[in-house]
Amino acid sequence: MDTENISLLEGREKQVYEKKQGGAEVEIACDTKSLSGSVSQRACVFCGSRVVLYPVADAIHIVHGPIGCAAYTWDIRGAVSSGPELHRLSFSTDLQEMDVIYGGEKKLYHSLIELIDQYQPNAAFIYSTCIVGLIGDDIDAVCKKVEKEKGIPVLPVHSEGFKGTKKDGYKAACSALMTLIGTGSTEGISKYSINILGEFNLAGEAWIIREYYERMGIEVVATMTGDGRIDAIRRSHGASLNVVQCSGSMTSLAKDMEEKYGIPFIRVSYFGFEDMSKSLYDVAQLFPDRPEIMEKAKEIVHDEIRRYYPEMQKFKAALTGRKAAIYVGGAFKTFSLIKALRTIGMSVVLAGSQTGNKDDYSRLKEMCDEGTVIVDDSNPVELSKFILEKEADLLIGGVKERPIAFKLGVGFCDHNHERKIPLAGFVGMYNFAKEVYESVMSPVWQFAPRKGGLV
Amino acid sequence: MTTMHTTAKTATQNACKLCNPLGACLAFRGIENSVSFLHGSQGCATYIRRYLISHYKEPIDIASSNFNEDTAVFGGSHNLKLGLKNVSQQYKPAVIGIATTCLSETIGDDVPMILKEYKAIVGDAPMPIMIFASTPSYQGSHIDGFHAAVQATVKTLAESGAKTNVVNLFPGMISPSDIRYMKEIMNDFGIPYVLLPDYSQTMDGGPWGEYHRISPGGTPTSAIASTGSAMASIEFGSTLDAAKSAAGYLEATFGVPRHDMALPIGIKASDRFFATLETLSGKPMPETHQDERRRLVDAYADGHKYVFGRKVIIYGEEDLVISMASFLHEIGVVPVLCASGGKSGQMKKRLLEIIPNMDELGITAREGVDFVDIENETETLKPDFLIGNSKGFTMSKKSELPLIRIGFPIHDRFGGQRLHHLGYRGTQELFDRIVNTVIEQRQNSSEIGYTYM
Repeated sequence: MDTENISLLEGREKQVYEKKQGGAEVEIACDTKSLSGSVSQRACVFCGSRVVLYPVADAIHIVHGPIGCAAYTWDIRGAVSSGPELHRLSFSTDLQEMDVIYGGEKKLYHSLIELIDQYQPNAAFIYSTCIVGLIGDDIDAVCKKVEKEKGIPVLPVHSEGFKGTKKDGYKAACSALMTLIGTGSTEGISKYSINILGEFNLAGEAWIIREYYERMGIEVVATMTGDGRIDAIRRSHGASLNVVQCSGSMTSLAKDMEEKYGIPFIRVSYFGFEDMSKSLYDVAQLFPDRPEIMEKAKEIVHDEIRRYYPEMQKFKAALTGRKAAIYVGGAFKTFSLIKALRTIGMSVVLAGSQTGNKDDYSRLKEMCDEGTVIVDDSNPVELSKFILEKEADLLIGGVKERPIAFKLGVGFCDHNHERKIPLAGFVGMYNFAKEVYESVMSPVWQFAPRKGGLV
Repeated sequence: MTTMHTTAKTATQNACKLCNPLGACLAFRGIENSVSFLHGSQGCATYIRRYLISHYKEPIDIASSNFNEDTAVFGGSHNLKLGLKNVSQQYKPAVIGIATTCLSETIGDDVPMILKEYKAIVGDAPMPIMIFASTPSYQGSHIDGFHAAVQATVKTLAESGAKTNVVNLFPGMISPSDIRYMKEIMNDFGIPYVLLPDYSQTMDGGPWGEYHRISPGGTPTSAIASTGSAMASIEFGSTLDAAKSAAGYLEATFGVPRHDMALPIGIKASDRFFATLETLSGKPMPETHQDERRRLVDAYADGHKYVFGRKVIIYGEEDLVISMASFLHEIGVVPVLCASGGKSGQMKKRLLEIIPNMDELGITAREGVDFVDIENETETLKPDFLIGNSKGFTMSKKSELPLIRIGFPIHDRFGGQRLHHLGYRGTQELFDRIVNTVIEQRQNSSEIGYTYM
């Protein structure tokens, strides 16, 4: 297939790298704003804040702006709750032209009062969207006023879409969380306790992870923000350790908590047998005075892997030699996915992320095989080019990447917010392998033009 | 307008509408070799892509001028120009369809002026045709953006010329399957036509043998140019103001007569559409379509007892709701609430034209509502089922009412892009689905478990 004529955009060359023997050691450009006119797969500051805070289920989330931002994020993620489900509702001040002219503070105030009365939440998050900054609404003042009147935390999230990248949105969300943390009682919290950070309970993943740690004898104070509760967040400063997944979104919170409350943190990943096991061992190691924690961790790893190993061998036999392309939000997930794919015999020919940083990319370069292409903040044209050039059999990504794969006759695994099947934990690795197997080995590809089917 | 609930409600809860730029992005997909471009933050393009992809299951590229803080302060001119240059280079489009967002509108960017400057910079070098639609998200909803983009397209491209026998068809926001069916009807009548926007292939196409920068399909620009010399335009949409419509513009500017009508759903409305085609073509309705109509009349007879007197809440874009109400009325189903997040101010008036005794029949209309309003209405109105897009699922689950999915978006079922709604064929499909919903409800609630219904 002719892909030679697909060229990279001027200004994008430094964000694309191919690992070659003897090739020049160039640094991948990253942490930049997306290029104007490039169809970035990224979203905006608001999106970053919204995804981080979304799973807090006993708070109401109010989007201050015109209707779009709320409409497009209504019940958007598979983040499930074991109790209240306020997070699955979509609230917007739905600003109209007159509000843009005269300001939206009053509308925000009334919206807040009414919604709090109606839904009795334990807190409210107020997200500012693009135009809120421009029309000069003082949302901090409105929040303070309502907080006083209603007696619950009312937290502004400064997430104007254009004020940075998705990462800045993560930061804004983390600072809203920081104002909550430290306001609850830490009484009765065990010395052997952790917070699970950057785990959003997609398809119940946080429950799986939580259960492993609890089986090890560790108390989980708060999960942030999967199946999140305001009270748990308020007392989370009582935990002894922060265990951070999806490091892109939550590292800043972990750092703030370390600084303010002296809580150390470690970065983990729950994807793949290797990283999942390591995340249990790493935590156990930090509680050396209670060796049974490590004993239990070993037992869990042993039992779980034994449980899934035979099935995994079947998948591996079928998938060995197949090639995968990965394009996901955070780079940390990419590392795990490369290892997980190797477990089932697959190699990675394209690896990239929307928000990786310098360290992430240099680690990625080390991990990847010769010939692997690495991209930062890529776009559909580039992704298609490399999928075809490298003859990938599978693409791992989110909703926006899915139709690219299917159009080109390539299997696909959804590793984003919308997944309905847990991919974290040992069972998650099994689910992942099964999903990859079912997509790559499907007989439907025989009709794809790329595999000789009619155009 | 009948208002059942008068509790204070400032915020919109679970919106029954989408924002203006989404409609424009979709409409621009119906022009051949065109790329949609949003002048605003990156998130707008990404969210709208994701939202459209979940329904259409097609690659949908929407470029963005990707505002940053400087852009917001100093204006979007630089970003827009750079963006246009990059899109031109990477996609090599014939057309770039540019729509604004709340951000670029609020800072007051003068996009036509920026485009003029850009054209001056490019000079004589070949460049794509730029079509611009103003679509601030704080005004109207996605349907307004859709019509704004279609009108902007015609304004940019239509040319005057010697009158031809071409008929323009502006069907509004309909499904790819509906578009294909409309084209089939025009072909069967032997009427030369231009249908705009035609996203029947770009939003529901085949597999790719090679990489396409831009999905194949769409109305060619040369065809759009010829709309100015057409013999007539047909335009669907009960609440569409001629001043804001493509056919309205062509009538005012080039004297192309505008035949505006409701979306043809149900026999009566479809008859009106086919009668217009008979008049314009001077030919009788082709036999295959007469047959399709006969089968529909026959089906109405076969199924009438299941549906008569059933109560339904219908929601969505105003034009779709009005046309659905007209269809439901002709089969004896009572649309106890016709609801829309849109606010044209015309819904009740248009419904009264079709169903003059609607108040007597217990048919109500509400504009500017959200799903929480509608959900509250279900408690008092006690409908038998709901009809609308998939965003009503939350409400349908809570109220334990079956939901018949139509229109856009359908995010929780497969094949939404292939549903028919219009003409005898679409009406047949809708009628079958409604009858089956009633049958299924009865079958499931019967202890006996009848195997014949």
